[in-house]
Amino acid sequence: MAKKPQLAIDTRPWRDPANNKPFVRIRNVTKKFGDVAAVNDVSLDIYRSELFCLLGGSGSGKSTLLRMLAGFETPTSGTIEIDGQDMTDVAPYNRPVNMMFQSYALFPHMTVEQNVAYGLKRDHLPRAEIAARVSELLTLVKLQDYGKRKPHQLSGGQRQRVALARALAKRPKLLLLDEPLGALDKKLREETQFELVKIQEQLGVTFIVVTHDQEEAMTLATRIGVMNQGEIAMIGEPADIYEFPNSRFVAGFIGSVNMVEGIVTEDEPDHIRIRSGELGCDIYVGHGVDCAPDQLLWWAIRPEKMHLSRERPEVGHDANVTSGVVEEIAYLGDISVYQIALDSGKRIRVSQTNASRGNPDAITWEERVFVTWGDSSGSVLTS
Amino acid sequence: MTTAHDPTIPPPRRLKPWNVFERRLARMGITGRMLVLAAPVLWLLVFFLVPLAVVFGISLATKQFGRPPYSALLSTEEGTVQLTLHLSNYIRLFTDNLYVAAYFSSIRIALISTIITLLIGYPMAYAIARVPDRWRNILLMLVILPFWTSFLLRVYALTGFMRGNGVINQFLGLFGIPPLVMMQTDFAVYVGIVYTYLPFMILPLYTNLVKLDGSLLEASADLGARPLRTFLTITLPLSLPGIVAGSMLVFIPAIGEFVIPSLLGGPETLMIGRVLWDEFFTSTNWPRAAAVAIAMLVVVVVPIMLLQRAQNAVVEK
Amino acid sequence: MRRGWFIPIVAALGFSFLYAPIISLVVFSFNENRLVTVWSGFSLKWYGELFSDPQMLGAAWLSLQIAAISASIALVLGTLAAIALVRFRRFRGRTLFSGMVSAPLVMPDVITGLSLLLLFVAMESVLGWPQGRGMLTIVIAHSTFCTAYVCVVVQSRLSDFDRSLEEAAMDLGASPLRTFFDITLPIIAPALVSGWLLGFTLSLDDLVIASFVSGPGSSTLPMVIFSKVRLGVSPDVNALATIIIGIVSLGVLTATIIQLRNRPRSSRA
Repeated sequence: MAKKPQLAIDTRPWRDPANNKPFVRIRNVTKKFGDVAAVNDVSLDIYRSELFCLLGGSGSGKSTLLRMLAGFETPTSGTIEIDGQDMTDVAPYNRPVNMMFQSYALFPHMTVEQNVAYGLKRDHLPRAEIAARVSELLTLVKLQDYGKRKPHQLSGGQRQRVALARALAKRPKLLLLDEPLGALDKKLREETQFELVKIQEQLGVTFIVVTHDQEEAMTLATRIGVMNQGEIAMIGEPADIYEFPNSRFVAGFIGSVNMVEGIVTEDEPDHIRIRSGELGCDIYVGHGVDCAPDQLLWWAIRPEKMHLSRERPEVGHDANVTSGVVEEIAYLGDISVYQIALDSGKRIRVSQTNASRGNPDAITWEERVFVTWGDSSGSVLTS
Repeated sequence: MTTAHDPTIPPPRRLKPWNVFERRLARMGITGRMLVLAAPVLWLLVFFLVPLAVVFGISLATKQFGRPPYSALLSTEEGTVQLTLHLSNYIRLFTDNLYVAAYFSSIRIALISTIITLLIGYPMAYAIARVPDRWRNILLMLVILPFWTSFLLRVYALTGFMRGNGVINQFLGLFGIPPLVMMQTDFAVYVGIVYTYLPFMILPLYTNLVKLDGSLLEASADLGARPLRTFLTITLPLSLPGIVAGSMLVFIPAIGEFVIPSLLGGPETLMIGRVLWDEFFTSTNWPRAAAVAIAMLVVVVVPIMLLQRAQNAVVEK
Repeated sequence: MRRGWFIPIVAALGFSFLYAPIISLVVFSFNENRLVTVWSGFSLKWYGELFSDPQMLGAAWLSLQIAAISASIALVLGTLAAIALVRFRRFRGRTLFSGMVSAPLVMPDVITGLSLLLLFVAMESVLGWPQGRGMLTIVIAHSTFCTAYVCVVVQSRLSDFDRSLEEAAMDLGASPLRTFFDITLPIIAPALVSGWLLGFTLSLDDLVIASFVSGPGSSTLPMVIFSKVRLGVSPDVNALATIIIGIVSLGVLTATIIQLRNRPRSSRA
């Protein structure tokens, strides 16, 4: 028996672009509607078997980019290559690409089986082969017993699975998913996320998912492309995007963040020091940053990367500690989020894990507290 | 080597018949759009636009005996083409009281009937929009039913109702009231228009009123407005689009109405549609009839189309 | 909400106003007396007279044929026009086209009738076609004004059509034409049916336009009814009206029941 093919040793081909050929190659693509550029000079490489998420708010151009991949929009300029073939001017019905629509777009006058079989019939496959493929797909999405139903007789989650089965039926090289979980309620969405990832890994198809939900993107994606106003703001693995944002936009878009302005006072190869009036203290960053003395820049830190204490903690470098008064406490169960008013008037948020039950000694309203953080807990942002 | 099950190899694509057909058309420079547009455009040009031009042309001719019963605009005399235009028909329209009176009378009758229809139709539409669901469908069906039955027969039903020895007068007779003369009066024409066009008023009003959010009325009452004030300040302004749509649906066809004035109206009931009909069928003066039609087009139809366009533009915004 | 007495009373009066004449017409169709409004006993004799009147029967048959053909032509033309208006956002002459499509809705029948008659007369003298006037010219006239109504009905269905359904079909490999027949057409089918029925009814109902463009020997049913009614009362028209009302009520009732039964299914997302 043949052995199951081994997964490539490095499952992250984007880390080694020199030796890996991208599967989808988007080159300088711009799409203008009238004078407005919905997508502006986007270049993007996506590798085989990736689950790539395009994340952005409404009007960020993510859907337009997806529709250009499907062929419903033609780029104003630039090229799109899929598996080495130029697809820029190929009609949607001749592309080896299938799409799962946000509204699911299930044909209301056809049964579930007919919906799934539609694409196969267009390829004039033999009847028996179509039937076999349809039942295989319905089994995959656990809808074997629903084949004879019409879409309106299904629940939202079932419709979503029919849409997925239909899009997978033709064994597309590339599957595009437009807000695949957007219409589901929160609990169903969380279950379906994992199912989607499982199916993707099982079939090895390349997925490109458009979503506005950062949590969804973090859960699903091998890599995320954050889009803003028609441009790609950052491409990276979920952890990179969260921990090492490259700009104020990305830092603010994903998760919650405290951001302060500051001026570089020391610029050494192994560290820099930033003076921040807003924060009321110096920031000591334990690694070198590409900047110049007296440069104005921003420093961002996630609420969970900071620590609260009643006593002034011991810190080195005479930095990374400030104090303020607790203004608000939001108790969320697993964590509590404290809003601290610093002496400068700036408000920051600090979250602390509620490790013990009903702690009577917990920090409470109106208390003066000290806030500290580690040398490399924050991100220095120059744009 | 790739195996037969390699998912990256697309399944064989056979040439589909539609593709061949489309490609052949495309090679001839024919796009799908042109094919879709061709039939309706040609039909409407030949059977809608050209006829209007013909009417205009004939309105500039004069009546003559023979076939066709109007003078030719173009004639060839001794090798030269001569164009003869007569403005006499139009001059007659302005100088003969009959025509001017008929235009004003048509507009008056249509306007008054529309207002009466609105006054009757609004409470009906309101009632239908407010009754429980199972009643609503029955009432709606009752409104739609006459719409699908013959217009002519409904006017005929009215004559049986209103004539000298008709149902109404027989009923009044039971109480010793002498019979009323209703037929062949302007009153009968008003009744006829209201009766036949009532469904056209109710339906758009209903679709508007049924969408009215009940919580708005509750909010108004909660803020201290009595029912009448709530109606005047909330319901009425919000139903304005329905009122306009319904009124247009009654007013427009009522102006050109022929059947109702000729079956229910008296000899003195002047309506422009009837004047045109008589000009054509009774006096067989085709050029005059054509001139009446053109005047009607300019005075009535064009303003209505402009009004509708303006209304649509507002709605789209 | 508190209910007043005013609205229900006016509504009840309104409905009686709508139905009293029709009901009296139906009742008197079974009257034995020639005087339509004097009741003298139950009889079906006017129905017998109606069905032995060759002029009436011939006119009815002609009207039905004209209505069916005109509605079908109008269905094709109106649907194409609706597609063009909804889907082709910009093309040369769009304003003129949409004007031409919707103008017949506000055009008085007398103008439509007169203009088409004058066209046919002019065409006959220039081209030699159409020879005389009759069924063909009535069909052309009716198709023209019914096209406008079909277009309105189909247009409203098309404009709230979910375009992603068509995109999904193309995404799955269907060409645009294939997509139209597989997806668009079946989904707008209810609008096509009601458009056709509307055209059929309007054609069956038209007196004025047909009077202009018909020729000798091609009198439609409304023309025959009109000439009879104009001369005075005729009980067999009562009988005919009762039959028509019966058929229409049955049709509307069936449609309403089907619609009500489909209610829960039509609430699809």
